[in-house]
Amino acid sequence: MRGVLWRLAGSLPALVAVIVVTFVLTRVLPGDTATYFAGPTASAESIAQIRAALGLDRPLPEQFWSYVQALMRGDLGMSLTTGQPVLVDLVNRLPASAELTLVGLLIAMGIAIPLGVLAAVKQGSLADHLCRVIVTAGVSLPVFFTGLLLVYVFYYLLGWAPAPVGRLDAFATAPNFVTGFYLIDAAIARDWETWQSAAAQIILPACTLGLFALAPIARITRASMLAVLGAEFIRTARASGLSSRTIILTYALRNALLPVVTTLGMVFSFLLGANVLVEKVFAWPGIGSYAVEALIASDGAPVQGFVLTMAILYVVLNLTIDLVNRALDPRARHS
Amino acid sequence: MSAVLDVSDFSVEFRTRSGIVRALDRVAFTVRRGETMALVGESGSGKSVTAYALLGLLDAAGRITRGRAVLEGVDLTAASPSELARIRGKRAAMIFQNPRAALNPIRPIGQQIADVLRRHAGLSRRDAMAGAIDMLKQVGIPDPARRASAYPFELSGGMCQRVMIAIAVATRPALLIADEPTTGLDVTTQAVVMDIVAKLAAETGMATILITHDLALAAERSARIAVMHAGHIVEDAATKTLLANPRHPYTRRLLAATPTAAGSLAALRSIPGNLPDLRRDDLPPCRFAARCDRRLPGCDAKLVWRTIEPAHRIACWNPA
Repeated sequence: MRGVLWRLAGSLPALVAVIVVTFVLTRVLPGDTATYFAGPTASAESIAQIRAALGLDRPLPEQFWSYVQALMRGDLGMSLTTGQPVLVDLVNRLPASAELTLVGLLIAMGIAIPLGVLAAVKQGSLADHLCRVIVTAGVSLPVFFTGLLLVYVFYYLLGWAPAPVGRLDAFATAPNFVTGFYLIDAAIARDWETWQSAAAQIILPACTLGLFALAPIARITRASMLAVLGAEFIRTARASGLSSRTIILTYALRNALLPVVTTLGMVFSFLLGANVLVEKVFAWPGIGSYAVEALIASDGAPVQGFVLTMAILYVVLNLTIDLVNRALDPRARHS
Repeated sequence: MSAVLDVSDFSVEFRTRSGIVRALDRVAFTVRRGETMALVGESGSGKSVTAYALLGLLDAAGRITRGRAVLEGVDLTAASPSELARIRGKRAAMIFQNPRAALNPIRPIGQQIADVLRRHAGLSRRDAMAGAIDMLKQVGIPDPARRASAYPFELSGGMCQRVMIAIAVATRPALLIADEPTTGLDVTTQAVVMDIVAKLAAETGMATILITHDLALAAERSARIAVMHAGHIVEDAATKTLLANPRHPYTRRLLAATPTAAGSLAALRSIPGNLPDLRRDDLPPCRFAARCDRRLPGCDAKLVWRTIEPAHRIACWNPA
């Protein structure tokens, strides 16, 4: 427990750095917020007025100080594009991104881990070759391309998937907010029609993310399994006549999962990044598409809020990976 | 006494990219109930390969090309992989050097013993754990009920080797193969570990094959010694006979190269030459011939194993 607190404390400097860097970045990026919002026909006078109203005419340190003060109160500023507080926007949109990313990761794990295990246990078999093909394809296909390809094939050509219009089709209404994850909330409400609609909408974007995440997970699972299968304690297990099921699942896989879990953390953070593009392709109302829209509009506060949210997510993610590793590996608990 | 394991005409080859390695050639020996036989020889002489091949643990490149190995009436060379898996750990078990690495690092030691009991004795989860704690007690681990939930990294090397022994003998096997069981342990721990093996063997009538390069250990702990050189058993005799009256030139050389408490280091004699390359197609019949000072023209024609006295076999035309 103390270790956990220490780790949290250790990530504070990184968060401070993120706050400073995103502030500076949004100020030095090309594009003038005041000009953008005054509109193309505005006079120089009204632009100056808007600039003063936004506080953009004051010196940078002063702006930064008021930004930090607001941050301490939990105020991330207003989004000029949506007219809502950034915090409200983020809270509304984060579950969409989180649900998409988690489903994508689950799909990837469900395929990649068994595939990696099979490839390692039966080297040179069909599963091994399949693993190699998927790993190569996964690293060489960019997500926006696989996303568009899936939409083209499964929506346009085959008509199996619904139109990429967001989290629900036009006829469904969002379930009551419990977790913000539609698949869970609809299940809690026993509203299976909505659940089906949500599942049908999420399957293509989640598969897009899943394909992207498959490659690193399958590769590390295969390599880690191979290393463990060559270990001396596996020889002991075989010499003890344990069944191949016990040897592969209980002895080899549990040990092989340790590096896989660490990789999962990395993959999850890649996915958060990849999300930005996938959300654009599938009109997914997540924080990624929110940030892109804000960035295009030179709307600084949402971008800062987005980056800060990501940074906090990374910290929480690393902490979770740490805790999972401790649960799996008794040696990590003692050090 | 009845033979637990009878190995005859046993040959093993490995197919490698650089050719076929003739790792074992017509190996033959018998181990009787309750007997400890030592298999000694320098590194690469085929001691461990013999053990792995017997238990069906060779990697994919290795295969048994001829011979029989009968364990309690079952020919291991003819057994299917699943039959072998049922025999391994149940009727024939093995312990290894470097015990800490030989145990699953993230599984409690009691659980690892219980896994074997559940598999071979068909015990329930709870009975298997009780059996595991009992085994820990038998190998002299203090406070076994508490230690059962310890992990290998929490135990010393000697304790880990005791756990290894507990895993191996949990099912009361007829044969225990101990592959360099004391390498890497300090001297007092070595003695304790070997005492535990001897005690369990005496209690259950288990036969033991002690694989070691340490002649002093073999001399102290075994009733019989078989000396291996380059995949051949060159001499096989009762320990006393072999030490007092070695007949094969290699055994004599080996003894001369072994330090004793009484002798001086200067008196030690190294053995000239190296093990021959076992991938050669033109391997000489006697693989020691190139290093031998008693070589005769007949040595290049054929190798024969001869029983020169009761229970004393050598592979030499011209014994000393």
